[in-house]
Amino acid sequence: MQLGAKRWLFGAVLVALGVSALSGHFNRYYLGVAIDVGISIILAVSLNLINGYTGQFSLGHAGFMAVGGFTAAKLTLLLAPSVPEAAHPALFAGSILLGGAVAALAGLAVGLPSLRLRGDYLAIVTLGFGEIIRVIFQTSETFGAATGLTGIPKFTTLFWTWGVAALTVYVVASLVNSTYGRGFLCVHDDEVAAAAMGISPTRYKVTAFVTGAFFAGMAGALYAHHKQVLKPDGFDFMKSIDIVVMVILGGMGNTVGVILAAVLLTILPELLRGLADYRMILYSLLIIGLMLTRPQGLFTLRRRVDRSRTAN
Amino acid sequence: MDWLQQLINGLALGSIYALIALGYTMVYGVLRFINFAHSDVLMLGAFAAFFLAPVVGTVFPAQSYLGAAVIIIIAAAICAAIGMLIELLAYRPLRSRPKLTVLITAIGVSLFIEFTCQHNAVFGARTRPFPKLIPDHNFHIGSLVIGSHDIVVPVVAATLLALLWLVVQRTKIGMAMRAVSFNPQAAALMGVNINRVISFTFGLGSALAAVAGILYAMKAPGIEPLMGVQPGLRAFIAAVLGGIGNLPGAALGGLLLGLLETVAGGIPGISNYRDGIAFAILILILLFRPAGLLGEVKTEKV
Repeated sequence: MQLGAKRWLFGAVLVALGVSALSGHFNRYYLGVAIDVGISIILAVSLNLINGYTGQFSLGHAGFMAVGGFTAAKLTLLLAPSVPEAAHPALFAGSILLGGAVAALAGLAVGLPSLRLRGDYLAIVTLGFGEIIRVIFQTSETFGAATGLTGIPKFTTLFWTWGVAALTVYVVASLVNSTYGRGFLCVHDDEVAAAAMGISPTRYKVTAFVTGAFFAGMAGALYAHHKQVLKPDGFDFMKSIDIVVMVILGGMGNTVGVILAAVLLTILPELLRGLADYRMILYSLLIIGLMLTRPQGLFTLRRRVDRSRTAN
Repeated sequence: MDWLQQLINGLALGSIYALIALGYTMVYGVLRFINFAHSDVLMLGAFAAFFLAPVVGTVFPAQSYLGAAVIIIIAAAICAAIGMLIELLAYRPLRSRPKLTVLITAIGVSLFIEFTCQHNAVFGARTRPFPKLIPDHNFHIGSLVIGSHDIVVPVVAATLLALLWLVVQRTKIGMAMRAVSFNPQAAALMGVNINRVISFTFGLGSALAAVAGILYAMKAPGIEPLMGVQPGLRAFIAAVLGGIGNLPGAALGGLLLGLLETVAGGIPGISNYRDGIAFAILILILLFRPAGLLGEVKTEKV
């Protein structure tokens, strides 16, 4: 993955640029789906850093997405009228970054107290935090309360989405493959042994959490400027589960698999609109079935070490 | 006298939390994992009572304590069977796998029950009015108003707690439960049938959840497939507050949480944040006393 990561980055950005230049010729619907896929990839890959590589099961990713989305959308709505047309890309870049940064701050605030916990506790606490974040947006008048924010300018293009997606994949892949990043895998494999080796599990967990939240926030910003309407309801527990299913299906701690799963799970519901009523039932059966028969995920063909077996 | 009124309301809510929390804590005691599907068993209990009520009403007089008792017992038996089935199908094959696998499966089971029940072919997502199971009386003592529900709930909860204590402390299967909780391998070597004990624990916890679900539904505006999620989360927090794996702790935690929530709901400035109080308590307890009020502090051994 080390060499691959850089190729991924440049390849993806080039493809995005090329496609984006031609985007006027595409069917708007397909273009929209392609952007959805990119956003899913950002969310799934960033959650994979927390849930997969570091082994901390978080159920609150949609909460961070909401923080990023609402922050970025608010900034754009405030500044867009007073900024000249030409500066709009810069404004958009700024609001994406601000969305990510505020989400990262939220990640730090959530992570510091809760990451001293493990497994089940962490899952419940992150779930609770995700819900609290949503409730805050739902009651806050600044962010439009229950109706949310509307009339957000449509800044998100294929280029921006796939560019951020490539950046996410690149950062996560190089982080995990760096000397520092081995610590994430250590914490995943055995916290006690990691601590004995001088690796602070809490520090690594918080780092993973903040990084993951940062990218989720950027994804939220892209989402806001893509859908142009932002409702707190859209970021409930089910959205978090959507992302978690992508990570589980792809194989926790397997970036390529998670990307494939994100693509698959974003396109499938579009193809199977008639089965929308059954989607979540199928998701839950998928989770149970995978855990019983293939806990390493669908797209994991070979592994250097079977980490899921040694982890406790 | 206002605070006394709050105290009575809080006691009823707290008893329900306590009953649910016991299920979490018992399963945690024997299997060391949190059964996410517990809150859905609670919902299934309420729905079982919803469908049983008209049937039982043809045999026993409607809105009688005897009829309510029959409904509760049948619903508890149904849910005990469901709980044991969940354990058999979903959790037993994973017993030797990593914790995370079991945790994800539990979330999957919970989602499966919720979404299947939300489908129109099953219960549908709409809220239905819950039938009145017991006669409505209001007792007035001075300015205090005590509904029959406020008396029934703590009495039922206290009775079940006493029964549970008897089962765990005075019966053979209870002793086996304590043994498995203490050390599963050693218990197996001593001839304890671990699978049976775990199955029994799930049955017992699910039966308590069903009773709690019915008691909760009696005062709730209605029942729907996601009704178990909120009380389930609160009860989990109550179990952590008391010290997870500790039975008296779960009861104490449930009561405390119910009282705190009700009292906070009565204070004007704080009432808006009522839903956040449980999570605030969870975070505080995890930061300052992760083992809970009655739990013992354990260091992890390699």
